[in-house]
Amino acid sequence: MVPTVDRLPVARPRRRRQLSRRFHQAGPGTYIFLIVVAAASAFPLYWSFVVASHDNSAVSEYPPVLTPGGQLWHNIGRLFNSGEVNVDFWAALTNSLIVATTVSFAVVMFSALAGFAFAKLEFRGSRMLLLAVVATMLVPVQLGVIPLYIEMKDFGWTNSLQAVIAPFLVSAFGVFLMRQYIVGAVPNELIDASRVDGCHTLRIFWHVVLPAVRPIAAVLGLLTFMTTWNDFFWPLIVLSPQNPTVQVAVSSLASGYVEDFALVLTGTFISILPLLFVFVVLGRQIIGGIMQGAVKG
Amino acid sequence: MSQGTAVEAVAIPPQQRRLRMRLRRLDGKVSPYLYISPFFLLFAVFGLFPLAYTGWVSLTDRNLLDPTTHFVGLDNYTALLHDSYFWNAVENTLGIFVISTVPQLFLALVLAHVLNTKLHGRTLFRMAVLLPQITSLVAVALIFTQLFSRDYGLINYVLDHVGIGKVDWEAGDYTSWIALSVMVIWRWTGYNALIYLAAMQAIPDELYEAAAIDGARPWRQFWHVTIPNLRPTIIFTVIVSTIGGLQLFTEPYLFEPDHYGATGGSARQYQTVVMYLYEKSFGSSQFKLGYASAIGWALFMLIAVISLVNFLIIRRIRSAD
Repeated sequence: MVPTVDRLPVARPRRRRQLSRRFHQAGPGTYIFLIVVAAASAFPLYWSFVVASHDNSAVSEYPPVLTPGGQLWHNIGRLFNSGEVNVDFWAALTNSLIVATTVSFAVVMFSALAGFAFAKLEFRGSRMLLLAVVATMLVPVQLGVIPLYIEMKDFGWTNSLQAVIAPFLVSAFGVFLMRQYIVGAVPNELIDASRVDGCHTLRIFWHVVLPAVRPIAAVLGLLTFMTTWNDFFWPLIVLSPQNPTVQVAVSSLASGYVEDFALVLTGTFISILPLLFVFVVLGRQIIGGIMQGAVKG
Repeated sequence: MSQGTAVEAVAIPPQQRRLRMRLRRLDGKVSPYLYISPFFLLFAVFGLFPLAYTGWVSLTDRNLLDPTTHFVGLDNYTALLHDSYFWNAVENTLGIFVISTVPQLFLALVLAHVLNTKLHGRTLFRMAVLLPQITSLVAVALIFTQLFSRDYGLINYVLDHVGIGKVDWEAGDYTSWIALSVMVIWRWTGYNALIYLAAMQAIPDELYEAAAIDGARPWRQFWHVTIPNLRPTIIFTVIVSTIGGLQLFTEPYLFEPDHYGATGGSARQYQTVVMYLYEKSFGSSQFKLGYASAIGWALFMLIAVISLVNFLIIRRIRSAD
């Protein structure tokens, strides 16, 4: 149900390989190509910052301004002033933070719990049930938005945050990722030893499994947080502009009667900023997670 | 862990020990099901049930504005087959899908190959390449809509400057498709490149050594060792791109200046299937949930068919060499 995360295929922890001789030395052409690609990747984000730091009139200047201006704080002030814009941007940021944190935490915990059961506990039908989990990844649940909306209406949840939290609390990909990781990361001897000591399974989970899965839990949590923070289609349907997530709020900034690009891109820039920060700090782990997820076991 | 428990167990009376034993056996039998139950319960309520229910709703004339609902059989589907707006949306979706996916995956392959060398600043380049992926679809759509804007957009400024002249990206059929494809390509190329890179690094060295002994230059190694070994991964990325690409919504939805109707331009020149579903249900306050559900199922079939076709094509290429 979490698009980006679900896009990743089978995962298994993998030993890092030494660079071997087939990795030929990169020439100057390689670097030029990569620098162009990197610049193309970064430019639109830089551009949103440039527009956000200018007055709206700068947008129509000729030739266009390519360097940041001094209006960023002014624009941010306008963004958070509910008299000036049609959305409560503070509420939107808070809502998104609540939703993304809750969902990530739940996905990690439920995935670890189920992954532990599938990896280390013996029970009837475990193979079939694991297969069922994997099979659910192939079901395009997004196409069920209309009945899901009817369901939310029956629950009385439309326009409230439960509607964008509850459907995403579990992830098939998360369960599978955890299962694959726990098989290799938690030694059976450790679990047997705790059993002999009289630990019940929940205690084993808490004291043995959870500490061992910390690295993969961080990756899963981060990816889930990003996907949830960025989700748009479902929140657009089920939430109102009065109680939006940040993506819904930014999109309604763009629907004002006057095109105020400076304001729209200030909102856009602010909405990217938290993820950008996380990415700069933990980019290496995120890349590792995606690449680890890509290699079939 | 409680090391004391084993010692305690000896000291406690037999009845209590038996109770503990029984509890432990119960723990072993029931706990696993308890641990996996959250996934299955929540998936049933919010995933499986809605999907099955879509099938039922698509056979009714359910409308949010109308309290009564009637069973109408396959009427929605027959109406859909004769709905020119629907076929227009299918055509747009497929067109945008092709011109965004083919260059994207090709570029991703090249990028992965280039990243798979001894590089200074490896992590930095990988991070730069992945930067678009953390950007939300809303942000991508809004930033690029500004870049592609007719009068003050940076892209038109450059085109004007080099003598091509300004292009009204949003208004034209193919120009709007190109603009939307650029957004998709920008966001997904780096992600796919990292997936390919991971798969490239898993290819055994011996294969390259053997090819080198046979006198294959790096470029030939790429075609004859790397690409064939990457095929499962290529199939995976093609299918994932199909599922994602055919559900394109956010970019075209926000590309439209007054986007509440979700019509995809004044002549519906870039309305996608999901946009049409949204228009019929929530977008323009029609609330035709029965009809929109039929669109949902039709899209599901479309995705299944295209995925299958892609799968067969890529398999064919494999058996060819």
